[in-house]
Amino acid sequence: MSANQCGCAESEKQREIDVALFDAVFERYADDPGALIPVLQATQEIFGFLPEVALRAVADARDTPLSEVYGVATFYAQFHLEPRGDTIVRVCHGTACHVRGGDEVAAVISDELGIAVGETGQDLSFTVESVACVGCCGLAPLVLVDDQMHASLDSKSARKLAKRIRRERSR
Amino acid sequence: MTVAGNMTDGAMVTIRICTGSGCAMNGSLVVADRMEKAIDDAGVSASMRVVRTGCHGLCQQGPIVVVDPSGTFYPCVNEQKAARIADSLIAGDGAISEYLFREDSDSEPILAYKDIPFNRIQQRIVLRNCGVIDPESIDDAVERGAYTSLRKALETMDPEGIIEEIDASGLRGRGGAGFSTGMKWRFTRNAPGDVKYIICNADEGDPGAFMDRSIVEGDPHTVLEGMAIAALATGAQEGYVYVRAEYPLAVKRVRLAIEQARECGFLGDRVMGSDFSFAVHVREGAGAFVCGEETALMASIEGRRGMPRPRPPFPAVSGLYAKPTCINNAETLANVAWIIGNGAEAYASIGTGTSKGTKVFALTGMVRYTGLVEVPMGITVRELVFGTGGGCATSRECKAVQIGGPSGGCLPVELFDTPIEYEALARVGAIVGSGGVVVVDESTCMVDFARYFLSFTQAESCGKCVPCRVGTKRMLEIVTRITKGEGRVGDIELLERLAQDVGRTSLCGLGQTAPNPVLTTLRYFREEYEEHINERRCRAGACNELSTFVIDNELCKGCGACKKHCPALAITGEIKGMHEIDPDRCIKCGVCVGHCAFDAISRV
Repeated sequence: MSANQCGCAESEKQREIDVALFDAVFERYADDPGALIPVLQATQEIFGFLPEVALRAVADARDTPLSEVYGVATFYAQFHLEPRGDTIVRVCHGTACHVRGGDEVAAVISDELGIAVGETGQDLSFTVESVACVGCCGLAPLVLVDDQMHASLDSKSARKLAKRIRRERSR
Repeated sequence: MTVAGNMTDGAMVTIRICTGSGCAMNGSLVVADRMEKAIDDAGVSASMRVVRTGCHGLCQQGPIVVVDPSGTFYPCVNEQKAARIADSLIAGDGAISEYLFREDSDSEPILAYKDIPFNRIQQRIVLRNCGVIDPESIDDAVERGAYTSLRKALETMDPEGIIEEIDASGLRGRGGAGFSTGMKWRFTRNAPGDVKYIICNADEGDPGAFMDRSIVEGDPHTVLEGMAIAALATGAQEGYVYVRAEYPLAVKRVRLAIEQARECGFLGDRVMGSDFSFAVHVREGAGAFVCGEETALMASIEGRRGMPRPRPPFPAVSGLYAKPTCINNAETLANVAWIIGNGAEAYASIGTGTSKGTKVFALTGMVRYTGLVEVPMGITVRELVFGTGGGCATSRECKAVQIGGPSGGCLPVELFDTPIEYEALARVGAIVGSGGVVVVDESTCMVDFARYFLSFTQAESCGKCVPCRVGTKRMLEIVTRITKGEGRVGDIELLERLAQDVGRTSLCGLGQTAPNPVLTTLRYFREEYEEHINERRCRAGACNELSTFVIDNELCKGCGACKKHCPALAITGEIKGMHEIDPDRCIKCGVCVGHCAFDAISRV
């Protein structure tokens, strides 16, 4: 599909970083000295992850050392420094999900999609990750595909689900 | 067939549909749309309305629909059922019997929501409006008395009087530690300084607990009212609601509620025309369990890595931006308006000697009815699990409960008569904690269960202090090798010593309580550890490395799916013929189990 010379466009998904997009974010929090986290959240909202240029721009705009910005960005689970898949598959690993077979569900989904838990597929189609608890423990074990919840899974229904989302993707 | 129940004699019919996260993701929004359309089409909107409510509690039976005034309860409603229920209501018919809740398929239907076993011993204070009001409508909340306690406090009480009232109620922190709320408020009030803060901690990181989420989603105004009363009592002018970004609906609803309350003059400058001003901001937690610890939470609000610091100074003296700060859990704050409105005495009459009022529990795991329950303090674990929860969800025996999340402990069935109160649970090694109650049956291996919690706390350790950073890692290594059948003689003693040291010497609550799941399983299920080490056996069949996978020839149809997917080529057999697993080649990954459509493969 891509005519990129080195053929790496798809795998690295180089996105144009338009620094102007930041301005509104920076302005909104300019007077709030404690707002580094909301700024990073809003920045990630724009790009889907936090590329290095974005971290540098945040550091400059807020007059904060880059090391500190990097420190905060790597501390919290919400922030990602690498590009993410178009579809995020979150397998819940809360206690209730664990007790009702969440491990098996994770293994099946990871097996079916060919992506290890915590990783993003080479073609940036899917990211499979484990989340601590999504707070729907009454419906365990469950998986979120983007924001769509799939509840009370077992290894069979999980495989069906993974097959379906892979099929939908290839369409 | 229909039974009497929906007959309303001309009164307004209110259809309350749960749109909490669980039900919403299960399709309740479609149900609500369908019913609204039916009402519109029939032109009966003057006498019938749909209310999109917060969580009703019984998430497992969602989407949940409750029709008032009769209180008729319909579980598991889908679009098709919704259409029929709406039609029957419009026609003025009775309840639809086959849609009603039944304990078993052959038992009598139960009409009213309040009468189902799940609700029988519940007493709702914190959740009084959850499932009743539309959380996105301040009018609904005001109609149910929201902000009347704030008005009472403003007009008839002085700060000292408010604190005395909360003190007398016996309210203790619901986030885990159980510290007296009145005392916390008094410390903050007495701390010198003009600028003070109130923080509502809704950063519910405990896996297996979701009460803060449901409260903020279902009745955000009661939390805001509690914060405003706390501000009035302590002398704070600004507040923060710290809520997990992973709870988008809670974030949205609390933001909306703040906006509405400000417009109505319940928050902001000169609240209700008085001299009291209080502004509330929302901060979204970026996903770090340790931020539930108060000093770490404040570091996070200040835009830093969420790492705890030693106390003293306590936040009440030097907290957010080094100003006196009062941090209360969302559930704690949700009690405040009720206490001010109904009086400390009424609140203190519920519960036991040192544990007053009610507590919300997230009842999950291998229990029949999972969901959110609010019960008076002091009921026993047995009443909670078997009374409210309906007992074990499987045909297996109930084995233990884990109370209090990763900081809590596992209690065996023999201790199910322990009352749920701060001191009694502490005596047996568990904690009330945030209120997660996970029921496990014989299919859960207690060593693996301890490993699960430890792997969580280990991953969430912020790394600041050595005992927690290194100690939990070493503990996890030991427990992991035991579950893999590589445990050594002396491991149990080593684990015990390490657990005690980590608990005693860690900086914050995360590290201090991280060993609890290990210590309690060692205390009550030591024989399981010993079996793993000495006999290389897991009685629950949960530890893959200690199990043998076998194919049941009676059930096997010879489809070959297992053979095809076995990564170790350990399965032999011809299509439509008998298949067999070679135990020497089997790597015990369990992939074959997931591929068998006939449940023919089991672990022994």
